[in-house]
Amino acid sequence: MQKPPLIFCAFLILSSAIGFPQESVRIETPALLGPRSLPEQARTAVIRDYLQSWQSLRAAFDQNRPDLLSPAFVGTAQDKLAGTIQQQVALGISTRYQDRAHDLQIVFYSPEGLSIEIIDKVNYDIQIIDNGRIKTVQHVTSTYVIVLTPAEVRWRVRVFQAESE
Amino acid sequence: MNIRSVFLLNTMALVMMQLSIAQDVKMRLQKTVEAGAAFSIQSTGNGKATLYIVGPDQVLKREIQRGETTLFAAGQLYNAGHYLVLIEGENFTISDALDVVPARKPAALSFLAKPSRLPVSLHNAITGAVYVFDAYHNLILIPTPVTFEMTNSSGAAQKHIVVTQDGSAWTEMDSTAQQGIDNFVARIDDLSSVRVIEQVPGDPCGLKMNARLSGQELQLATDPVRDCNGNAIPDGTIVTFTETYDEGQSIVDVPLKHGIAEAQMSTHHGAIFSVASGVVLGNQIRWEK
Repeated sequence: MQKPPLIFCAFLILSSAIGFPQESVRIETPALLGPRSLPEQARTAVIRDYLQSWQSLRAAFDQNRPDLLSPAFVGTAQDKLAGTIQQQVALGISTRYQDRAHDLQIVFYSPEGLSIEIIDKVNYDIQIIDNGRIKTVQHVTSTYVIVLTPAEVRWRVRVFQAESE
Repeated sequence: MNIRSVFLLNTMALVMMQLSIAQDVKMRLQKTVEAGAAFSIQSTGNGKATLYIVGPDQVLKREIQRGETTLFAAGQLYNAGHYLVLIEGENFTISDALDVVPARKPAALSFLAKPSRLPVSLHNAITGAVYVFDAYHNLILIPTPVTFEMTNSSGAAQKHIVVTQDGSAWTEMDSTAQQGIDNFVARIDDLSSVRVIEQVPGDPCGLKMNARLSGQELQLATDPVRDCNGNAIPDGTIVTFTETYDEGQSIVDVPLKHGIAEAQMSTHHGAIFSVASGVVLGNQIRWEK
């Protein structure tokens, strides 16, 4: 099957504010299921908020602070990620996630406008630190399924799940 | 040979030794495990090591004995996702990947239906979207048929079967001709989620008034006001009577009471009386003294 044309390529999102290099982001034309069209403004906002959620994840896991998840995550996603951080604390572990590249596509905008689903093939590095010692640094490629729902001023990630390759 | 060179050589030797040991140490594990299922990881060699299973969704750590099988009981690794599996010993580190996939059996439906209240007889006006989850709140990504069904008090039903794609499915339903409370159900096998949709009468249809003289004034009254499907328009709905004559216009807004609207208006020679409710116009009556 031919892939849909790209509408943006190598769209760079600044993450330098917290000292990390920029990640590359490729956004494919939405392949929307559902009767509702997605306005450009909503599409831009949901992608921006999703990419920012990786920054929240990175900071929360690096510092073992579940409270840093809350602006970007909600519901099941927040509960699961916060649970992992609590496990990390109990085990004396921390992890550093650095997303390097995203190749994402919006696949579903629910008819009532209350959820958007994204598929993201993401490249990231993970560093595992146990009691202050770096155990490994690995490069990972994984496909994530993300469901976002609107909150007062932004879209928040409600489902954040890697699927089997 | 200076100290720096010696250090570098020693470091390289250490790395080579670790690589050599790592090549001897192997790990065997399933590439894919169902969420919540028991599984095991085997490693070769002798001695103690630490096993890590790490992902954003869960973290596990075990002290293990190399050469033995490490068992993970059912329910220990339950969040679907991609995990890094790491075994670290004194002189080696080996790694592999493990995917945890959602359980096949749906256990929860997240069902969004809109609107909760709407007029009767509208085509594709009700929408429903569903996300399917397993018992551990993992989104089930394998295609799963969902039955959407809408029934009203008379038992009439609309039924659509939609297969999920990436964990979600959606449908559209017509509002039925009869006012009342409908149940909008999303179902997979014995698992279901219900939303109540209230269907209210549509706009008035065939709005008609009659007039009779009452003293010096004209008594105007509508016939019982109904929509095009015969559903009674609810009391309280505003009906507007308008009298237009040479010198001007008089307007009276009255709510429906017991299904009809009534008003008394003064009479002017040649006046035209009209009736309306919202955007719906009724008949006109011309008054000649």
